[in-house]
Parts: sequence; structure tokens; C-alpha cells
Amino acid sequence: MKSKKLSFYGILVAIIIIAPFVFPSFSTQLATLWLMIIVAMTWDMTGGQMGYNSLGNIFFYGTGMYVAAVITIAIPFDVGEYNNAFGGGIYKFTDTQYFLGVFLGILGAGLFCSICAVLIGFVTFGLRGPYFAIGTLGVAIAAGELVSNWEWIGGGQGISLPVFPYDLDLGKTFFYFLYAVTGVSLFVFLKWLYSTRFGAAINAIRDDEEKAEAMGIHTLRYKLTTWSMSAFFIGVVGGISAFQLIHFEPLETAYQTINLGIFMVVCVLLGGKGTLWGPIIGAIVFHVFKEVTWNYLLGWQWVALGALIVITVVYFKDGIMGGLMRSKPEWFNSDAENRAQAGADS
Amino acid sequence: MSSIIEVTRVSKSYGGVIANKDVSMAVKQGGITGLIGPNGSGKTTLFNSIVGYHPVDSGSIKFEGQEISEKPVQEIARLGLIRTFQQTRIYGAMNCVENMLISLPHRKMKFLESFNRNGEGDYEKTDRLLEFVGLYEKRFLTAGSLSFGQQKLLEFAMALMNEPAALLLDEPTAGINPTLINGLIDRLKRANSEFGITLFVIEHNMRVIMNMAEKIYCLAHGEMLAEGTPEDIQNDQRVIDAYLGAH
Ligand SMILES: Nc1ncnc2c1ncn2[C@@H]1O[C@H](COP(=O)(O)OP(=O)(O)O)[C@@H](O)[C@H]1O
Ligand SMILES: [Mg+2]
Repeated sequence: MKSKKLSFYGILVAIIIIAPFVFPSFSTQLATLWLMIIVAMTWDMTGGQMGYNSLGNIFFYGTGMYVAAVITIAIPFDVGEYNNAFGGGIYKFTDTQYFLGVFLGILGAGLFCSICAVLIGFVTFGLRGPYFAIGTLGVAIAAGELVSNWEWIGGGQGISLPVFPYDLDLGKTFFYFLYAVTGVSLFVFLKWLYSTRFGAAINAIRDDEEKAEAMGIHTLRYKLTTWSMSAFFIGVVGGISAFQLIHFEPLETAYQTINLGIFMVVCVLLGGKGTLWGPIIGAIVFHVFKEVTWNYLLGWQWVALGALIVITVVYFKDGIMGGLMRSKPEWFNSDAENRAQAGADS
Repeated sequence: MSSIIEVTRVSKSYGGVIANKDVSMAVKQGGITGLIGPNGSGKTTLFNSIVGYHPVDSGSIKFEGQEISEKPVQEIARLGLIRTFQQTRIYGAMNCVENMLISLPHRKMKFLESFNRNGEGDYEKTDRLLEFVGLYEKRFLTAGSLSFGQQKLLEFAMALMNEPAALLLDEPTAGINPTLINGLIDRLKRANSEFGITLFVIEHNMRVIMNMAEKIYCLAHGEMLAEGTPEDIQNDQRVIDAYLGAH
């Protein structure tokens, strides 16, 4: 059993590593797939595991982009002057400045977003159900508007970052692996987190928050911590995206509430809320579906996507993983059952 | 004889309905105290006031000498004052063992300890308490699939898992198969004598409470009508009238 699992993960890691070399023309596609997988997993941390459906997690994606960009620019230059000389092309980054920017920018994006989550969470976690969803959406919309009027960081024009300093294909591989390492780290982190008392506590909050309070669980602390950890990873991929896209705008790219902001929710619903693998499977199915319809159903792609969302929500409430759990319950023994099983076997 | 809970002149109304009026009472440390009264007399309201579920209109509530009437539910729970619900609240989608493990006393845990997995001791304690309430055989069934009575037993076991100083039980025998009631009374008494948990029990069933409590309070129309030993209460004409009048 254990060796089977190990070889499964071994093969998976091998595929992840060789994929961009076997399909070099798809490496940007695969990078985008990683982005979807990561945002879906982070959305599920609060939406699936804790029962708080945020529609505003895109806030952390956009904020991550801006924080990473500002840090990168601020190391060698004056941020305001750089952004107002937009397109002038007089600013050159050395390789060291670029990679220092990538490293510190992405890390700073994650940290800044996790702090934002705690501060915003103090207000929004007072809201329940649909009010929380709308409240968080409001935060993301407001942030997009504020940023697009802030000239210091480029206003409505957005920000341009330097391009990857070496060969372009190497750059594609570089960004693929940045996402992949983030995604694998997030997976390992969540697999561990959901097996701890922490994971059980946020499930308790989801299933009956009043009961959890009555039993003395520190509900607010758990909610803030979970959202903050989730925001860290979204901030990180926001930062990676900023470098990968080179140029980004506040409303269309960074705080894109209706595209990525909703897609991450759809991926999770499709794959199965509150499961480790659901968001991953959902993101893969969603991404493939989206790319196929975008390429072959031109003009109808949004209709097809809308239909997919409606069908998922109406007919597959528990998503792909939820359906599997019902039809194959023996695949999903709880920890306690596995322990009892192991005790009986030995 | 020291009191663990002291309620002094507490009033609570919902809009125009006065659910509790100038209620005073005390729960003796280490004992079993009962609260009776006809339906709608304000028993659950008094529980809710004590555990901080809603703010009181006036009066004082003390737990271990500390004023708690302004504190929120979680803080009071973390002082070691735990309640069960009249409607029973368990995590229906989880199995019994998971329900128990979630009920570990978080107030005794440091924040970083919440990132640990449950230890051998936690599983042993779970098994022991599920055995105690008679649910060991059903431990891997989802709690939502249990009968109402079994869910009440599970909720009781969860409360014990939390190691409270005092436990407030809202009608623990309601909906339980009458043949199982004696067993439940016995377990409640043992929770008190063996685990040292102070019990404060709302009970509609007179026979049950007479068998268990050493001191009983009786509410009627939101006011404290009588208090005393089971014999006092049994022979109190006002109590008899209140119960007869309610039917
Ligand atoms: N949430 C509430 N809103 C309005 N009225 C309530 C509420 N809860 C209880 N009441 C009223 O307060 C009175 C006391 O109720 P309760 O404390 O539940 O009585 P008991 O538990 O003794 O049966 C009843 O008249 C009831 O209708
Ligand atoms: Mg009641």
C-alpha cells in the first residue's frame, strides 16, 4: 500500500519535471495550468475546508503582482519616476537586479498578502454566508479601482517589468518551474495541514461554527490563519505572473474579478469542494475545457463555459471527487479507520 | 459549600416576551443541580444567558467568581464551562471518532499544538469515552446516521472529551428511548462522581431529575418559583400547580 503510494507520487513528480521538455511548445500553457491548480487549491482552503466562500481572493493575486513589481523596481530605481516614464525604455536592469527582484518580489508578495488577509479578515469574518462572499468581492473591486487611480504605480496603464534576461525559451521553462515548485509545495503543505488538528478545526467551523464556538475552539484565530496562509500562496503566484506577463494592467489583469476570480471557484466546484485532489482535478478539467472551447468554438466559448458552470452547480453539487467518494467510499477511509485497520492487521 | 456558577437577578426578554425575570440561583461546585419548569418557562433562555449566547438585559453571572455576563461564547467555553444543545449539535458529516477528536479541549492547547496530529492518548481517550456512552461499536458511522438518542449520547461524550469544569445539559433524556434512560442517568452521575464535573441539568422529566440532583430550581413564566431538595420540590404545591397548569 505504502510503496504503491510512493511510486504514484514518484511518477507524478517525474511527469511534472519532464513535461516542459517533452512539450516545449506547451510550456506556457502548462504554466497557466499550474496557476489554475494553485489558485483553486488556495480557494478551497477557505471555501471548501472552512466553509467561507470568498469571491475576492483575486485581491491577493492582483496585490501580489503589484507588490512583486514595486519591490523589483524599487531596488535600483525610483518607483514613481519609473512608472511615469512608461514605455520610455530608459531603465535597464542588470541580471542580478532582475533575479534579486524575482526572488524578493515573489517572497514579499506572499508575505504582504498574508498580512493583508489578517487585516481584512478582522472585518470580513464578521460576515457569514453570502455576505462574506459579497464583502470580499467588494474588497477586490474597490482595490482594483484604487490601484488604477494611483499614478505612483502606473495608474490605469499598469506596470511594465523587464523581460527575462536570457533566451526566451529558457524563460518559459523558468516560469513553468517557479509555478510547479510553488504548486508542489502547496500540495505537500495542504496534505500535511489537513491531517492535523488544525485541519479538523476548520472543518468543524465549516460544519457548525456555533458548535465549534460552544466547544471553545478559537474560531476567529483559525479563520484568520487559514485565509492568511491561503493569501500567501495566491500572492506568490500573483508575483510569478507579474514577471511572466511582463506587462499587466490593474483591472484586466491584476484584479480580474470576473475571469480568474470566478474561474478558481468554478474549478473547485467542478473537482469537489473540501477535498485535497478535487481542486487539482477540477482545474485540469476546467483548463482543458476552456482551451478547447476557446480554440474550436470561437464566439461561443463564453456560452460553453457558462453552460459548464450551470451543469456543474445543478447536477454535480459535490464535484468529481464528491461523486467518487460516494460511489467508492472504500478508497477514502478516515485516519481513524486506517489506524483501526492497521491495529487489526498487526 | 462554594458555588461555581452564581446568577444574580438576571432578566432577559425577546421583544415583548419576558423569558427570564430577576432570576437568581447558584450551582454548587462538584454537585448536580437541576432546573425544571414547564415548557416555555425560560430554562433554555437561562442556559443561553449563562454561556454567553446572548447578552442579558440586567443582572450578574459569575463563573468561579469571575463576572462572565459580558463575555462571548468562546471565551466562556474556554474557561471550562461547556453546554450541550436541546436540539443536539454534532458534526453530522463526520464519524463519531472525528467528532470526539474535534472536541479535544482547545483551551489547554497552545496555538502551535493545533498543528500537531492527534496522539495515541487522544485516540485512547476517544475510545474510552465512546465505550462509556455505549457508542464504541458505532464509532466509524457518520454521526448524522445515528438515531436522535445516540446523537445525544455522542454530544455528551464530546462534552466529556472537552474536560469541562462545569457542564450544562439541556434536556439530556428528551427523545431517548425510555428503556435507555436509567443507563443515561447512571452515566451522568458517574461523569459527576468519577470525572469530577459539576453538572447543571435542565430536565422536563421529574422522575429523572429527582433521581439525580441534590438541589433543584423550578422556573415558571420566567420567574424562579421554588428551590430546594428533591423532596421539597416534590411536595411544593406551587410546583405541582405550575406543572398541572401547563398541561
Ligand atoms: N429566540 C427567541 N426569540 C423569541 N422568543 C423566544 C426565543 N427563545 C425563546 N423564546 C421565548 O421565551 C420563552 C422561554 O423559552 P425557553 O427558554 O426556550 O423555555 P424552556 O426552555 O423552558 O422551554 C418562551 O415563551 C419562548 O417562546
Ligand atoms: Mg428549552
